[in-house]
Amino acid sequence: MDQIKLEENFQAKLDRNEMIEPKDWMPENYRKHLIRQISQHAHSEIIGMLPEGNWITRAPSMRRKIVLLAKVQDEAGHGLYLYSAAESMGISRDELLDQLHTGKAKYSSIFNYPTLTWSDIGAVGWLVDGAAIMNQVMLQRTSYGPYARAMVRICKEESFHQRQGFEIMQVLAKGTPEQKAMAQDSLNRWWWPSLMMFGPADDNSPNSANALKWKIKRESNDQLRQRFVNQTVPQVEYLGLTVPDKDLKWNEEKKGYDFGEVNWEEFYNVIKGNGPCNKERLSAKVQSHKDGAWVREAANAYAAKKNKVAAA
Amino acid sequence: MTNQEALVNYCLRLADNNLILGHRLSELSGKGPFLEEDIATTNIALDLIGQASSLLQYAAEVEGKGRTEDDLAFLRGEREFYNTLLAEQENKDFAVTIARQFLTDAFDYFFYDELKKSADARLAALAEKSHKEITYHLRHTSKWMERLGEGTEESHRRIQDAVDNLWRFTGELFEMNEVDEILLKEKIAVDLNVVKIQWDKLVAEVFANSGISIPENVFMQRGSREGKHTEKLGYLLAEMQHLHRAFPGVQW
Ligand SMILES: [Fe+2]
Ligand SMILES: [Fe+2]
Repeated sequence: MDQIKLEENFQAKLDRNEMIEPKDWMPENYRKHLIRQISQHAHSEIIGMLPEGNWITRAPSMRRKIVLLAKVQDEAGHGLYLYSAAESMGISRDELLDQLHTGKAKYSSIFNYPTLTWSDIGAVGWLVDGAAIMNQVMLQRTSYGPYARAMVRICKEESFHQRQGFEIMQVLAKGTPEQKAMAQDSLNRWWWPSLMMFGPADDNSPNSANALKWKIKRESNDQLRQRFVNQTVPQVEYLGLTVPDKDLKWNEEKKGYDFGEVNWEEFYNVIKGNGPCNKERLSAKVQSHKDGAWVREAANAYAAKKNKVAAA
Repeated sequence: MTNQEALVNYCLRLADNNLILGHRLSELSGKGPFLEEDIATTNIALDLIGQASSLLQYAAEVEGKGRTEDDLAFLRGEREFYNTLLAEQENKDFAVTIARQFLTDAFDYFFYDELKKSADARLAALAEKSHKEITYHLRHTSKWMERLGEGTEESHRRIQDAVDNLWRFTGELFEMNEVDEILLKEKIAVDLNVVKIQWDKLVAEVFANSGISIPENVFMQRGSREGKHTEKLGYLLAEMQHLHRAFPGVQW
């Protein structure tokens, strides 16, 4: 079959809302786009463990400690499913990690912000996992089968993450004035970075057109961002906290909130590597990978010995 | 010492072992040598801290002074913790983490198996659940002892060093005092002499499989039964307790 025919069949399959599976023919750009997106997603889960792991040893109650530990473990599991999905497109884990460690692959910029106080753990669960869910719910219907199935498993756990984050905020917002101030401070610092998680505005998003055509994405960055704001503002009000946006107001006509302009300069700066924690996050991963080299070597050497014995 | 005081102390001993060792493992979350191992370590930490939580709740109930599990975890000082010296030792490298965990798992495996027969129904039930979890932990760490012992020259050297360094903390695992005496009479506590025989045998077996030698002529450190620890514990508690202590009496 010639190239044009293959591409037509491929697009027709997508238009019938059929899934693409690892053995199916796919355009090279589709494969590239997905490897980039899935690995970026996997790396985000893994890097995301760091800002939250930052508070496990200091969590203020036994229950919070257990819930946070379980959440961080879930994120590691998400990373594992996603690396497997990426591997199904013919790239190895070593290559993927190498791309992360050399800075060639990106991860969600949100994790380049620091968790400074305990309430940041609440804000991250509530806002960051909340924003992630918006994306991920859509991705359960993404066109690449292994990715879509990974997202179904992941989404089940993400809603628990968001709930525990909101619950932390709720306790703090209804607590002492100091606790409430801590919660407001976290909201102030995490609100805008959370809105940035949906990516650049539609008219400025180079990869979005293909992603929509290939049914990898099914809604645009701006649509998802708007949905997130509409959903979250009432939750902020319920908590008795204030959204740090003086331009925020209800628009009866569009049945949604108008909100201020995201600081895109900051967004691009963090992507370029200038966020408060870019260096720390990456060097933490590189360091633990380096520290683990002798362990991986030992495991491989041991397995090789055993295989030899078994073969003999 | 009353029976009630003995039981509270016994529960704290078990709870603190799990809490402090779980804390050490939780420090490693996101920093494992590879992702699957990271998940395994976090999983063991989660089991241990979960067990600690149940045991602290029970200790608080038996004590009956209105303290909660959080009061016991976050408001006791350095001299009121009864975890073993082994549990509080720092992670250093993966070999130390594995050796510390293996030596503890081997103890816990036999200890909780015995505790299932405790005359205290609550402890027996907790032991039932713990023993299932520890069975997995022990399988995991025994396998790693073998992989590291038989892997490369470097891994062998590291695991042997780790064992050599930690061995001095294994003597007090089997130490019994007035608390044990009282509770042994009530058929609540476990006779640690029985555990010792089984522990010695298993450790010797796993070490033999792994090409690791058992350190000889080691002077055994002790003190945790009286709340006397190594200098490391104070720092661990400072980190674990600071937030809770900074906001006295609030909800979290
Ligand atoms: Fe996740
Ligand atoms: Fe999550």
